[in-house]
Amino acid sequence: MSSAKLTVDHLTAFYGGKPAISEVSVEFPERAVTAIIGPSGCGKSTFIRCLNRLHETVPHTKVEGHVFLDGEDIYELDPVRVRRRIGMVFQKPNPFITMSIYGNVSAPLRLNGRHNREVTDAAVVKSLQQAALWDEVKDRIEAPATSLSGGQQQRLCIARALAANPEVLLMDEPCSALDPIATAKIEDLVKRLKEQYTVVIVTHNMQQAARVADFTAFLYLGKLVEFGPTEDIFEKPTQSLTEAYITGRFG
Amino acid sequence: MIFDRDSRRKAFSHAITVLGGLSVLVVLIPLASVLYTAAVRGGAVLLNPAFYTAGNPLPCSSISCQTVGIGPDIEGTAILLGLSGAISTAVGVSAAIFASEYRTYGLGRAISFTADVLTGVPSIIMGVFIYSFFVLYDPTLAFSATTGTLALSILMIPIVVRTTEEALHTVPNSLREAALALGMPKWRTTVRVVLATAFPGILTGILLAMMRAAGEAAPLLLTGFGSRLFFQGMNVPIAALPLLIYNYAESGSPNFLKVAWGATLLLMILVLTANVLSRLSIQRMVRRMGGR
Amino acid sequence: MVPPTPSSRSPLPGGSAKRPRGSRQTWPDRLFLGLVGTAGVSVLFLALALVGVLYDAATPSVRAFGPNFLVGYTWNPAAGVYGDLPFVAGTLLTGAIAVLIAVPLALGASIFLTTQAPFWMRRPVGTAIELLAAVPSVIYGFWGIFVLVPLMRYTVEPVLRIYLGWTGLFGGTPIGTDVLTASVILAVMIVPTITAVSRDTLSAVPAAQKEAALSLGATDWEATRYAMIPYARAGIVGAIILGLGRAIGETMAVTMTIGNIDKVPVSLFSQGQTIASLIANELLNETGPLQYAAILEAGLVLLAISLVVNVAARLLVWKVLRVSGGIIE
Repeated sequence: MSSAKLTVDHLTAFYGGKPAISEVSVEFPERAVTAIIGPSGCGKSTFIRCLNRLHETVPHTKVEGHVFLDGEDIYELDPVRVRRRIGMVFQKPNPFITMSIYGNVSAPLRLNGRHNREVTDAAVVKSLQQAALWDEVKDRIEAPATSLSGGQQQRLCIARALAANPEVLLMDEPCSALDPIATAKIEDLVKRLKEQYTVVIVTHNMQQAARVADFTAFLYLGKLVEFGPTEDIFEKPTQSLTEAYITGRFG
Repeated sequence: MIFDRDSRRKAFSHAITVLGGLSVLVVLIPLASVLYTAAVRGGAVLLNPAFYTAGNPLPCSSISCQTVGIGPDIEGTAILLGLSGAISTAVGVSAAIFASEYRTYGLGRAISFTADVLTGVPSIIMGVFIYSFFVLYDPTLAFSATTGTLALSILMIPIVVRTTEEALHTVPNSLREAALALGMPKWRTTVRVVLATAFPGILTGILLAMMRAAGEAAPLLLTGFGSRLFFQGMNVPIAALPLLIYNYAESGSPNFLKVAWGATLLLMILVLTANVLSRLSIQRMVRRMGGR
Repeated sequence: MVPPTPSSRSPLPGGSAKRPRGSRQTWPDRLFLGLVGTAGVSVLFLALALVGVLYDAATPSVRAFGPNFLVGYTWNPAAGVYGDLPFVAGTLLTGAIAVLIAVPLALGASIFLTTQAPFWMRRPVGTAIELLAAVPSVIYGFWGIFVLVPLMRYTVEPVLRIYLGWTGLFGGTPIGTDVLTASVILAVMIVPTITAVSRDTLSAVPAAQKEAALSLGATDWEATRYAMIPYARAGIVGAIILGLGRAIGETMAVTMTIGNIDKVPVSLFSQGQTIASLIANELLNETGPLQYAAILEAGLVLLAISLVVNVAARLLVWKVLRVSGGIIE
């Protein structure tokens, strides 16, 4: 039984006065992949954006409850430091458009003041290798990030997030803008990443959850309905709502 | 080590915020100062109703003179704005309609670009243009309400063209197509449907152009020229508020200066109020159309 | 589905909503087209006429002085010698200094309003800044004479002289009406232009870019600096050039504060003259035909400079904003 890296305790998040998620409590085990599934509008994105305190950067929002990273409540820490320990990959790949591939991956290092070229180079190579992108770009590392395909850009964003050396990696529907081949590559990547990182992946694709995740949480209308090992959720769900969703009766 | 660097980064970020806020304050100081100065030095004069209606009594020495009124200047500005407003609306809105709705004739982008560039031409050049044209063509008209009107019109036309074009662009194509599909002829579609929908935006644009022209002295220096008399006809010089301010600003007489400050305050109130109102109405319109 | 047709008109071809061509147009359509088309063409004609008339009136001077006009530094009506350099120098110098003063303030304000300011404050403050642009030039000049000039003369300029006199830029006795004061007023007038366009440009940066930076653990300023500003760079440069374009063309505020001496300024405290203020001051004096032509040639130069600057700016800004969004004044 792996220990919980990230513990969410009665988390409620508001958008302009109305709760998008309410009283969600769940534990994310360490070095495992946990998927968050649910129909559109159930609050999955809002939820995951609360885990790295990105939700509060939008106007008219409020967050109640706690999120513990290794026992510390991230809402009492400096958000900048929290985000260095909890990284994020977004739904649409968002590399820095004015920077090269190298520039993008080295950005988190440069922010932290690492200016030693050799150290940075090594870190960039390592991150690109972890993101399974190195072989494809090693000859054009100074090319603009925009010269990559969608799938490559997303892997670039993953490399960039990994270069910050986080403990947790949040992925908000990372494959929804990608074609099946690119999706497959990223799914393989995720399965390898869990050796080193705790991964939380939001997905609207149940089969994807079944493929990559060790644990799955089912969210519906802002509330956590069920959480458990992926096979349990898909083969013997305890909630009828879960079963209805799994069997495609709605969503 | 990391802690130090972090708190430095945060402190720097906060410092930038403070600097930004300070910039805003510094930038707004002149506006406040101009308003304050005009209010203090010219406010009293505005409370006298005769100020707005009286003209200049007999010429008098600069020290022992009654305060003069700015009636002629208000009238002059109103006439100039009315006429040039009408001309620039007619020409500007039409040109914008042509550029926006009749694009197949190929000139649309040229007109749009030209108008955009013309809005950046110094206003004194407009005055020079009209002046030199009339010096060649009909020197007797050189300083007259006619040339003043023309100068202000060509100043306003490019602005009206651009703002009208913007407003026309916000009208969704589906409206045009629906009207045409119902058999409405193109000209009627444009007038009854497109213009009507874009009307608030167009009106706001015209208002903004007129407020710009209301404050312009440079083009009038060489055309309308200024006068101390009420309107005497289109062929002779005409008074205008900005010209009054310019002419009296450098006079030594405290009375004349008071008049100039009063005129300044009046002009500022007019122009700023119109600006604020039109911006509010633009915002309301944008929100109604679904925002940008 | 055939759309319903009015009784007297034939149905539109193919059910498409394209406008009828050629013979299908009725006379009201043709009349309307004629009217708006004339108006449209007249705008083009206006631009051509502007250049044409000015050039025509400037011809005697062009022929008399040739290209030396642009670099001649003597403007002496008595001797019949005219050179444009004092005014080109005055125009460009005041413009450049105005930009130097305005840009840090305008960028600071626009970044603040786009990223840091509390949301309730953004629109009112933005409007207030834009009101700066609505104040007529002659009023700024008037205020300049009575508020800014004394301030410069008795407070600011002596201090500048003491601390920065070594740079050689602040020679001569400060009397307040000089190139520096005129530049300060121009700066006040162009700040709203630069601020407004920069704000538009910064707002057009996709939120995802900034979020990407934040998610890596950047502070708010770092996210703005590394993700937003590079993205908006072309538009910001365009905004600055637009501001410069506006400064170059200003007449009244400048002519009331610059001192009106037809010589190339040698220090920031020199009295000077821009092309615009030259025209305002001297065109209507009793001048001979050559002086008239020379002043008009100067005006032509001003028109050329302002066209180049404005076109460059608009190309940059149009490229970034992609639609010609909003009036850039």
